[in-house]
Order: sequence, then structure tokens, then C-alpha cells
Amino acid sequence: MRITVDGEPHDVPDGRTLAGVLIAAGRVSWRTTRNGGRPRGAFCGIGVCFDCLVVVNDVPDVRACQRFPVDGDTVRTQRGAELPG
Amino acid sequence: MRIVVVGGGPTGLAAADAAARAGADVVLVDSEPRLGGQYHRGTEQRVDPRVRHLPDSTVWAAEGLRLHVRTGPADSPHRTGRVLDADALVLATGAHDRVVPFPGWDLPGVYTAGAAQALAKGQGVAVGRRVVVSGTGPFLLPVADSLVRLGSEVTVLEANGLTGWARHPRAVLANAGKLGELAGYASLLRRVRTRSAVVAAHGEDRVTSVTVARLRPDWSVRAGTRIAVDAVCVGHGFTPRLELAVGLGCRLEDGFVRVDATGATSVPGVYAAGEITGIGGADLAAAEGAVAGAAAARAPDPPTGALRAVRRGRQFAAALAAAHPVPSGWHGWLTPDTLVCRCEEVTVRDLDVALDLGAADGRTLKLVSRAGLGPCQGRMCGRAVADLAAARLGHPLPDADAFHRRPFATPLRLGELADTPLHPEEEL
Repeated sequence: MRITVDGEPHDVPDGRTLAGVLIAAGRVSWRTTRNGGRPRGAFCGIGVCFDCLVVVNDVPDVRACQRFPVDGDTVRTQRGAELPG
Repeated sequence: MRIVVVGGGPTGLAAADAAARAGADVVLVDSEPRLGGQYHRGTEQRVDPRVRHLPDSTVWAAEGLRLHVRTGPADSPHRTGRVLDADALVLATGAHDRVVPFPGWDLPGVYTAGAAQALAKGQGVAVGRRVVVSGTGPFLLPVADSLVRLGSEVTVLEANGLTGWARHPRAVLANAGKLGELAGYASLLRRVRTRSAVVAAHGEDRVTSVTVARLRPDWSVRAGTRIAVDAVCVGHGFTPRLELAVGLGCRLEDGFVRVDATGATSVPGVYAAGEITGIGGADLAAAEGAVAGAAAARAPDPPTGALRAVRRGRQFAAALAAAHPVPSGWHGWLTPDTLVCRCEEVTVRDLDVALDLGAADGRTLKLVSRAGLGPCQGRMCGRAVADLAAARLGHPLPDADAFHRRPFATPLRLGELADTPLHPEEEL
């Protein structure tokens, strides 16, 4: 399975969440905050903190720690509050 | 009769099994693709084949014994809406890590202990090579163990001493199984420093070092040193996931759902078990689940073995709470710029301004400071905000459940709300 993250291709082993894929690839952040523009990545890892939001196939606000990628997904950094589209 | 069990961890599995054995039609709703919850992550779990398991399914509202559910990939706008009617509900929604704030806890590379465990045990991913695991409670050890197995260099900081356990010999001896579980981590003990904690994380765009402090028993700082790390995992006990119980009107007691010996809450037809009724670990949670599942399904015979296990487990839970408290010395770790609410980026200073303006209850404090109004709905900051406000005000907030009140139990897209089915499905 292969996805792209901010334009870079990533191979995805089965059973790994997007957060798992990104952390295994050495990334710690993939979102910036709405007010301070500060970097954020995973924090709680179990779907409750909503810090690890990312844009998947043009849909923002997807929890990377909960989403299991599928082949061909296009993932990108979420900048502040984004509208779908 | 139909029993709906919410949550597929140790509690929900045991509740669903017990209710199915009693002859009920059981639906087990769980937000994860695989059963087991946070505890059994990475190992396959089974449930009675008569139970209908709805994976990837999030309960976003409860209206009496009617549940609103979305099923599909996490946060996808294309999830399927469902309405489930039950004759009785068993809430087994569990808990998540409690984390007290500290300067820099919002830096990437700072994780909860539960996050590190989910990534390590569930997916074989280590959050870092040089990792400090900091907080309080026995859960820090399995987290450290998982990281060590993946090759990380791990230091464990327990903010309390370990002598608290010696005051509860009966509870410890009655739960020898737990002791055996911990003995498996004996080789980790040389990595554990007690009365120590990460009190600040440092770095520009990610954590690169932490201040490790020696603590007094009240968690105030004696002295700190700085060490280089590439990840920090923190966990100061657990916070019960109470929103469905609170939304249904279940009475709380000391921050947990109040239940009788059968797991019945104050609301007829609604049962609760596991960590939402008190933090005591997987064995107790499963025993409570079995009791509540049987009671919800009106099983003719009480499950005596499970009832015994509940009594034994509650002794352990009481000892756990006494040995690993979270005293308020952590307030002294904060600076005015420390974020309290991560979502809305509300600082200690912002909170103080709101209190100075006269906010004296949880609801007003949320509306004035915006703490707890972000997408996590106050799950991460609620207890810290309530603790800090109580200390500043000199009394507890009068509406302590304000930070558990979430009419939408989880964020929902507007399109999904518009697409809510009006009637329950006849057949699943």
C-alpha cells in the first residue's frame, strides 16, 4: 500500500494508522494551530485529544491516530482551521 | 430483549459475553476496528459469536435508550448513520490518560503514556530513541517495557514514592495476579526513579530536552536538571470517559459513575462498568462488565465468581488510588505562558484573567476563557482547569461535571448531522 504525505510517497504496512506511518517515518508534527501557528502531531494517540488532525483527500480534521490509510490516499499538513474542498 | 454495550475493551467484552449467555440479543458498539480496547491492543480478542459486533462505530449521542451511531473510517464524511434502540444499555467507555500540564507539554514529541503504548504495542512504532516516561502509577511500566522491546533507551520517573503500597498489604496479597504481572517488569525497576518528574519540556518545533525534577511528596520541585531526549511520555493516572453517562443523566460520585452492586446506574435501564465507575485495571473492569452484562440481561443467577473478583479488585483499586495520588504541587510547575487548554491555546494567564473577571463556575470559566471549547471538548484540559480554578477560588467549582457535559459525545460533521436517520433499523 502506498500513500503520499505532503507530496512524498510513503509505503504503508498493514494495520498501521496514519500517525503510526508518520512517526515511523520520523515526523513529529503535521498540523499547525489556529491561533499561534504552532506545530502539533500526535498526543493522546487514542482519538480523544484531536491534536493530530490532518487533511486526507481534501477532507480536513481527520485524526491521524484513528485513521487507517488506504492505498492512494493523499495526505497533507493541516494549517490552522481549514474548510473542506 | 436487546442489550447494547458501548465499548469493546475488557469491560465491554465481558459484559457482551455475559448478556449473550443470559439469552439476550446483544450488540457491541466499538469505535476501533478490532476488539480489545486500549488494554488488549495488539492481541486478538473474541466475543461470544451470538454478539453482533459493530466495529469502527462511534456513539455520538444517547437519547434515553436510543443511541445515534456513525460507522466507517475515522472522521470520514462518508460514515453510515444508524439509530440503535436498546432495552438496556451497558456503558463500558473506559478511560484515557490524565496528564497534568507543564511548560512545553504542547511541543511535538510529547505524548501521553497511552499514545506511546498504542503505537508500540499495537503498531510496533517507538515514539523515540531516547525516551523519558514520566507520571505516576503502575501503567508506566508496561509502556516502558514496550518501548525497551523496540530498542528505545528509556528512563521512568514515578512522581510518588512506592511506599504507599506497603500500607495496603491485604489489597496487594488478594491480587497476587497483579503482582505477578508487575513482577514481569522487575528488570525495568533499575530504570525507575521515584519522587521525580518531567516538569518542563524544551525545544523550538519539537522536544529536544526536558527538565527532570526531584519532587517533595506534594509534587513541589526540590531541584531540577536538564537532560536531552527525543520523546517524552506522560501519564498521571486516568480520566473516565463520562460523556454518555452524564448525557443520560447518570448520577456521579467522586468523579465516577455511581453504580449499585449489579452495575445499575441511577437511570433505569442504564448500566455502567469498568473504569467509568472507578480506576482499577483490566481484571476488575472485566469482572464488573460480567456483573453488569448479566444484570442488564436479567440473568437468573448472579455471576458469583465475577462478584468475588469485583470485591477483590476494588481493594486493589483503593490501594492504587492511595499509592498514586496527584497532589497539587504541579501547579507550581506552570508559568503564566503555559498552555492549559491545548485546543484553544488558553494559557494559565488567560485562565487567571477569566477568574479575575468573576468566572466562578465551570460553565462561565469555559465561556470566558475558551478553555475546553475546542475539538477535544475539554477532555484533555477539564480536570486541570477545574483543579487550578479551585485552588485560585479557594473552593471546588460548583458544577464539577461541566467538563464532562458533551451533548455531542464526539465531534460530528454538519453533513453527518443532517444525514441522521430518524428511525431505528429493524434489522442490523
